[in-house]
Amino acid sequence: MAEVIMPKMGDAMTEGRILSWRKRHGDRVEKGEVLAEIETDKVNVEIEAEASGILQIVVPEGQAVPVGQVIAYIDGQPAQAATREAPPPPAQPEQAPAAEPAPAPTPPHAELGPPRVKASPLARRIAAEHGIDLARVRGTGPGGRVVERDVLAYLESRAAEAPAAAEAEYEDVPLSRMRQAISRVVSHSKQHIPHFYVTAEVDLTRALELREQLQEALGEEGRVTVNDLVLKATALALRQHPDLNSQVVDDRTLRRFRRVHLGIMVATPDGLIAPVLRDADRLPLVQLAQEARRLVEGAHARRLRQEEYAGATFSVSNLGRYDVLNFVAIIQPPQAGILAVGRAQERPVVRSGQVVVRSVLQLTVSADHRVTDGVGAAQFLVDVKRLLENPVRLLL
Amino acid sequence: MQHAEPVTVPVDTLLEWYRTLVFCRRFEEQTERSFRRGKIGGYLHVAIGQEAVPLGFLSALRADDVFFVSYRDHVHTLVRGTDPRAVMAELYGKLGGTCKGKGGSMHLFDVARGNYGGYGIVGGHIPLAVGAAYALRYQGTDRVCLCFFGDGAMNSGALHEAANLAGLWGREGLCPVVFVVENNQYGMGTSVERASAVVELARRFDAYDIPNERCDGMDVVGVYEVARRVVEEVRRTGRPYAVEALTYRFSGHGAADLFQPYRSKQEVERWRQRDPILLLERRLREAGALDDHAVREVEAWAEKRVQEAVSFAESSPEPPPEELYRDVYGA
Amino acid sequence: MTEMTYREALRSTLVEEMDRDPRVLLLGEDIGVYQGTFRITEGLLERYGPKRVIDTPISELGFIGAAIGMAMLGLRPVVEVMTWNFSLPAADQILQNAAKVRYFSGGQVSVPLVIRGPNGAGVQLSAQHSQSLESFYGHFPGLRVVAPATPADARGLLRTALRSEDPVIFLEHAALYGIKGPVPEGDDTVPFGQATVVRRGRHVTVVAYSRMLHLALAAADELAREGVECEVLDLRSLRPLDMDTVAESVRRTHRAVVVQEQWPLFGAAAEVAAGIYERCFDDLDAPVERVTGEDVPAPYARNLEKLAFPDEDRIARAVRRVLQ
Repeated sequence: MAEVIMPKMGDAMTEGRILSWRKRHGDRVEKGEVLAEIETDKVNVEIEAEASGILQIVVPEGQAVPVGQVIAYIDGQPAQAATREAPPPPAQPEQAPAAEPAPAPTPPHAELGPPRVKASPLARRIAAEHGIDLARVRGTGPGGRVVERDVLAYLESRAAEAPAAAEAEYEDVPLSRMRQAISRVVSHSKQHIPHFYVTAEVDLTRALELREQLQEALGEEGRVTVNDLVLKATALALRQHPDLNSQVVDDRTLRRFRRVHLGIMVATPDGLIAPVLRDADRLPLVQLAQEARRLVEGAHARRLRQEEYAGATFSVSNLGRYDVLNFVAIIQPPQAGILAVGRAQERPVVRSGQVVVRSVLQLTVSADHRVTDGVGAAQFLVDVKRLLENPVRLLL
Repeated sequence: MQHAEPVTVPVDTLLEWYRTLVFCRRFEEQTERSFRRGKIGGYLHVAIGQEAVPLGFLSALRADDVFFVSYRDHVHTLVRGTDPRAVMAELYGKLGGTCKGKGGSMHLFDVARGNYGGYGIVGGHIPLAVGAAYALRYQGTDRVCLCFFGDGAMNSGALHEAANLAGLWGREGLCPVVFVVENNQYGMGTSVERASAVVELARRFDAYDIPNERCDGMDVVGVYEVARRVVEEVRRTGRPYAVEALTYRFSGHGAADLFQPYRSKQEVERWRQRDPILLLERRLREAGALDDHAVREVEAWAEKRVQEAVSFAESSPEPPPEELYRDVYGA
Repeated sequence: MTEMTYREALRSTLVEEMDRDPRVLLLGEDIGVYQGTFRITEGLLERYGPKRVIDTPISELGFIGAAIGMAMLGLRPVVEVMTWNFSLPAADQILQNAAKVRYFSGGQVSVPLVIRGPNGAGVQLSAQHSQSLESFYGHFPGLRVVAPATPADARGLLRTALRSEDPVIFLEHAALYGIKGPVPEGDDTVPFGQATVVRRGRHVTVVAYSRMLHLALAAADELAREGVECEVLDLRSLRPLDMDTVAESVRRTHRAVVVQEQWPLFGAAAEVAAGIYERCFDDLDAPVERVTGEDVPAPYARNLEKLAFPDEDRIARAVRRVLQ
């Protein structure tokens, strides 16, 4: 009997919800088949069967359970054992044991009922009276049983969702699962990571020229955004400043990553998610741009796989679409830094004693003071700035 | 063992007793047939051979006296005057039965006639009879209580605890009870010799300072004479008394006792020579009160009455379902 | 209202009923000259004479059987069993005769009999003298089984028992004879089969009877300090069993703890719990908890004995469990 558990799909994931079962209770499933779709903090993922056999669903659709909890069993009954036969003669002691032990007789699976939400009878009655799907109620009783107080709490929260009376001065809105996750992550980050910030201004004149040249030369295929250039510059700079491409393992250990994987912060209606641009330092600029585009679009459409969100070593957040000068971002634990990118603006600047108009971009790095200090962060940021101001190096 | 000579009972009464004995015999035989045909369920204990004991003793009672019986209780109930149709209907489990079909063979009651019932646990009813006797005196009456039980009950603790109380309370004249031991030689299949350290059962009442004697339980006249004397003494003194009536059952212990490996055919045959019906018939013939013709008439009358009882039992309705819940509690 | 002990409540009711009804008489071991092991019948031999106050030999089978016969003939005997443990030799009489004779006689006879005496554990009386027999007797149709916890109920139920047409198993408790309580004056009765709400509360229903009621009330006091409001019910009668009152309470509190001194298997608490499930399933927010004696014969050693029977703390813990 193999267990199917709620998988932990991200560092911050503590629970997941079963969006849908793709197989029914009692179905025979083969190893590798998709069993269910799970909603985690950030993405929806599919769970595959790790064994073949009869699926016995424990947790129904719609219910959220902690990571690691069993959500189903796969009864590894060989297909031919469906009919009951006389047990094989006992193996002689000197003989090698049979390859597979005889399966224990199991009840006919067609008789298995639908999966059940554990709930007290009173909770069931109140839920029925109010038309509540118990699967949506989080149980706080013994063993996760849904008890009266849980249904009442659910009813209250549902009442709060209803349009507030006109004279009410506020409304209480339940946090979405993603917002709850973000809340946990940023709170943890600001409470546990000593942030500090360094800001620099970058002259984009040459970078923009490069961008136009690439597009002229390669057409649509050569389309590169300012952000792509920032990503590339950041990745290359991190190679020179491995303290920022790192993670605090414990009080005594800093883990420096040999590869650079950049998390790209993407805003969706539900909240922020961060697909990962792998080996951003090694990708040629054009490919980097294409990959970044694919990731951002995929994130918006929620069609990326779970692993495409995992493993970032540093992040870049860009509010360039909005008319802001600069901002500071919160580090995504367990990373050690994040770069906040403002909006490129034409500004009068002084060059060689003359006032000229230039396209200028403000960058702010948030760094974990445990891994570096002001000088280290400043040197990193200056390297990014130089790369962007001498963008030919981005093509190397 | 005494033979009741000379006869003090009028011939008309003897003839009546003869008719009663024959009727009871035919009735019991019919219950066995009905049992074999599946009309009567449960346990069935007939008293074929033992009829003279209840007849003799109950004939010595007044109408307001009371008695308790073991589960072998059909004949006691019949000779006390309960409608045989109601008795048969009870055995058939019908609403027209003495207990509305809720007691069956082992629990025939007719409280209006002082019949406080048959009881199914050997010896279990004996303490009840002792308490009943106390109550009769407590209420200031001179009524008496008879308590019938078999030789098997002599070895039950209930008999001895009850007998001790009767001995005690009798000293104050507060326990007018007659213990009637219907010694039919076997407690189910175990003979008295194999079950009782003292085979003369009456003597065991000595231990409780209860006067006691034995009598021939096959001779109804003899039984009656002992009974009349004993009952009147008990009525006068308020003290208990015990009579061991030696008798025999020709039938098995119960309807399932088919092979009777505990006794021989010869033994049964020997006792049959002293069949209480035979003894009374002989006495009546000798007195010139009975001839073949009269015997045939009695047989025919008895058979007809038995068949009336059967017809009544057959046609009596079953107790309705609501009867299930009645009589569990009083007010 | 007057204040009296449980013992005085029993004795005064016996006196009043014996004065009122000459059919009432008493039987038992050492109830007369000795004045009663627990002094319930003190002075009664002198008052009523040996015909109505019968000192019996140590012969429960005999005198309980005889009392049944007395009742069948129209008397109203009251048997004192020195303790209910001693009723077992007479179990055949009580269960096979008293309980059933009305039924198998088709309603021709009644057994208006009261058997009363202390039931349950005492202090270090060990295995043969420390047991509660309410489930044993409560199993049998035809019997009434009551177990008063207070002087007022001892009086009201005994009076009802003495006027009943049925055999009544009247279970007292040695630990209760000395407790005092208010008792209504006059001809008060407490009907069979009527539980009572002794303490109101809204969080959990605690069902008890006899001595366990007092433990339940003490546990409720303790829990009240934690903000838990227990509704405490006294069953008073076990047969008939007033599941209406229990169900009415559980429908309000949604949780129940049932307490009994006796062993857990097939016990009164199991019966009450089953009744709650049958009647209140959709009202329950937690499984019904039982607090019972341990499933062992009563030990002698004081420390072991304390472990063998319920106490306030076990009741309080059970209440906390159902509130989880």
